[in-house]
Amino acid sequence: MAAAPQGDAYVAFKHVQKSYDGVSLVVKDLNLDIAKGEFLTMLGPSGSGKTTCLMMLAGFETATHGEILLDGRNINMVPPHKRGIGMVFQNYALFPHMTVGENLSFPLEVRGMGKDERETRIKRALDMVQMGAFAARRPAQLSGGQQQRIALARALVFDPALVLMDEPLGALDKQLREHMQFEIKHLHESLGITVVYVTHDQGEALTMSDRIAVFNDGRIQQLASPADLYERPENSFVAGFIGENNKLPGTIEELSGDKALVRLATGEVIDATPVNIREKGQQTLVSIRPERVEFKPGMMPEGAHTLDAEVIEVIYMGDILRAVLRVAGSDGFVMKMRNTLGQTRLSAGDRIKVGWHPQDARALDVI
Amino acid sequence: MTDATAPLTTTDGRPLKAALAAAGARARRRALFLVLPLLIFVMITFVIPIGQMLHQSFYNPYFSRNAPNVAAWFAGNPVGTEPDEAAYAALAEDFRAMQAAKTAGEAATRVNYTLPETRSLITKTARNAGDLAPPYKEAFLAIDKKWADPAVWQAMRSSSTAYTSDFYLIAADFERAADGTVQKVPDKQRIYVKLFIKTFILSALITVICLLLAFPIAHLLATLPMAKANLLMILVLLPFWTSLLVRTTSWIVLLQQKGVVNETFVALGLVGDGNRLNLIYNQTGTIIVMTHILLPFMVLPLYSVMRVIPPSYARAARSLGATSWTTFRRIYLPQTLPGIGAGALLVFILAVGYYITPALVGGADGQLISNLIDFHMDKSNWSLAAALSALLLVGVLLLYWLYDRLVGIDKLKLG
Repeated sequence: MAAAPQGDAYVAFKHVQKSYDGVSLVVKDLNLDIAKGEFLTMLGPSGSGKTTCLMMLAGFETATHGEILLDGRNINMVPPHKRGIGMVFQNYALFPHMTVGENLSFPLEVRGMGKDERETRIKRALDMVQMGAFAARRPAQLSGGQQQRIALARALVFDPALVLMDEPLGALDKQLREHMQFEIKHLHESLGITVVYVTHDQGEALTMSDRIAVFNDGRIQQLASPADLYERPENSFVAGFIGENNKLPGTIEELSGDKALVRLATGEVIDATPVNIREKGQQTLVSIRPERVEFKPGMMPEGAHTLDAEVIEVIYMGDILRAVLRVAGSDGFVMKMRNTLGQTRLSAGDRIKVGWHPQDARALDVI
Repeated sequence: MTDATAPLTTTDGRPLKAALAAAGARARRRALFLVLPLLIFVMITFVIPIGQMLHQSFYNPYFSRNAPNVAAWFAGNPVGTEPDEAAYAALAEDFRAMQAAKTAGEAATRVNYTLPETRSLITKTARNAGDLAPPYKEAFLAIDKKWADPAVWQAMRSSSTAYTSDFYLIAADFERAADGTVQKVPDKQRIYVKLFIKTFILSALITVICLLLAFPIAHLLATLPMAKANLLMILVLLPFWTSLLVRTTSWIVLLQQKGVVNETFVALGLVGDGNRLNLIYNQTGTIIVMTHILLPFMVLPLYSVMRVIPPSYARAARSLGATSWTTFRRIYLPQTLPGIGAGALLVFILAVGYYITPALVGGADGQLISNLIDFHMDKSNWSLAAALSALLLVGVLLLYWLYDRLVGIDKLKLG
């Protein structure tokens, strides 16, 4: 799902702006279409405007300009309780004075649902998150992961078509977080709901999403599938924010179609794929993923340009080996090697040559 | 590895359990040492005086110790026995002793508490004790005909023991009839129970008004940014830092007939010049001023509870489909209950025992039970004052117990 279909967007932001103080914009001209059944993640550093967007969609903030459409209907003036959107909060926000069952019953009661139907739905929702035996407990008696499940069940119990999640796994430890990521993903798939998910954890975004909108400075920097985002970042912010990256500054020496030669500040020439480059002589930042850097000549394409490198240190990380190299006058160049049986063991002080496939080196704009 | 069933020992071979207990006891001793000064202070200034107060409420020896002979006669003859010559003789002997020791006054005062207007009878007779000669009954009646009244003898009988429930009977509007049975005092003389009820009702009213006024302000304080909240908090606490007399005086300036409030109302045409509101020196004055003084005690517990309720609860409720009213009623309000409970309990207990404000601005109908306690202390009727205080204490403890049963004292949050 690379690009959202324009016609049947379930949620649409149209030229949405938001300012709290009337001086600076937190969200600048946001345009975003989310398809029905999609899992869309808003990813970005804190203060990038992603949570504000979610709050505008939930109805807790009003857009200063622009339109928000839900299923083709303008919801700018619809109060939150009439939007019918499920929401999972960062700190779960389970009502502490109610039992788990009462928490789940609350959205059904305010909808005037009868007792029998309420009980059926509560049971179904609790079973869905494997918490069927906990209806009589208080939230304080549950662990963080269990509370998270209950919060999820509560947001789903009234069958909303759209569920918003505001960093729901932020408070869990790593192992539980990864486990919950898969559970949420499975629920999304089996229920066919639309999910808008906010996080600052890029790993989480990559694992779970159909599409990811990378936010920075109030704008969407790139909206793409996880693979595109990781492998084909469109600007240096996205390249730097998603995953680890080596950055080599230089100028465009030659530009022909989808190939470019870049002369680094230290004089060497490397191959790269131009991304947002318009002309020869332009300043650029070449970005290469550490796992795409090669040092065995056999692994590099024929005629590839190589750079001299000196191994500064090798860190043993279990599944991979991580080598920090001095390349083109800079000490921070990273290369990752799979820890296989036949892997060449480098050690500090070794002199090697590094190279890569031209499509893995992306010449981006300079920030 | 030690055997699982063998008792664990420390590395130097002592049993682990004993070593742990010794260490714990040492820590407890040190902790006790730290609280000892306060403990002694509380004992001297609080526990002992209250104990003495409670003791005085049923202990008054001033007649019994000065009239041992007639006390012995009362002990030997059951209630309702017509006083015979022996009784009069014993009394005459006691009066002679009182006259010599100049203690007739205190003895008379004690009897007077039980039966008003007997003081002068006793002091007059004691003054003439030297002239008393057998037959004593006639001699007594010659001094005053009232000595034939069985009520007088009954009053002396109930005063003739040091320990008595008389003062509790009086405090609950009961009296002893001439035949010794307990009965209610005539309607017109019942003041204490009515005043107790009025005190409790007024305190409840003040508590409710405080709650209604404090709730929005506490919520505002809890949601404002810290800097603004602190400023507002200073305004709330200002009454705490002002002398009670200054505050009360300013209320007098504001509320009197020609005061600021009335003048403003008249100028605005809300009330006519002829029928200005009576806002002070009556019950209204007591309510207004006590509400003002006790308001911070409601605001602070509420604020401390509201401050820690995250706004995400309200948001969650709204996103789940609740209107703002439902959100308030079912999500916010229940979570503020510990604060409401603490504030209400605090304000109510303070109001029930409040003395200075009703005394200054209460006028005739704005007086509370503490003002009456003060009145009796002024008149040196310590035992009655103590009995009234004890009843008040019991009432408050009862409410405290009720609160514990209904809400749970562990849920109380004072700040």
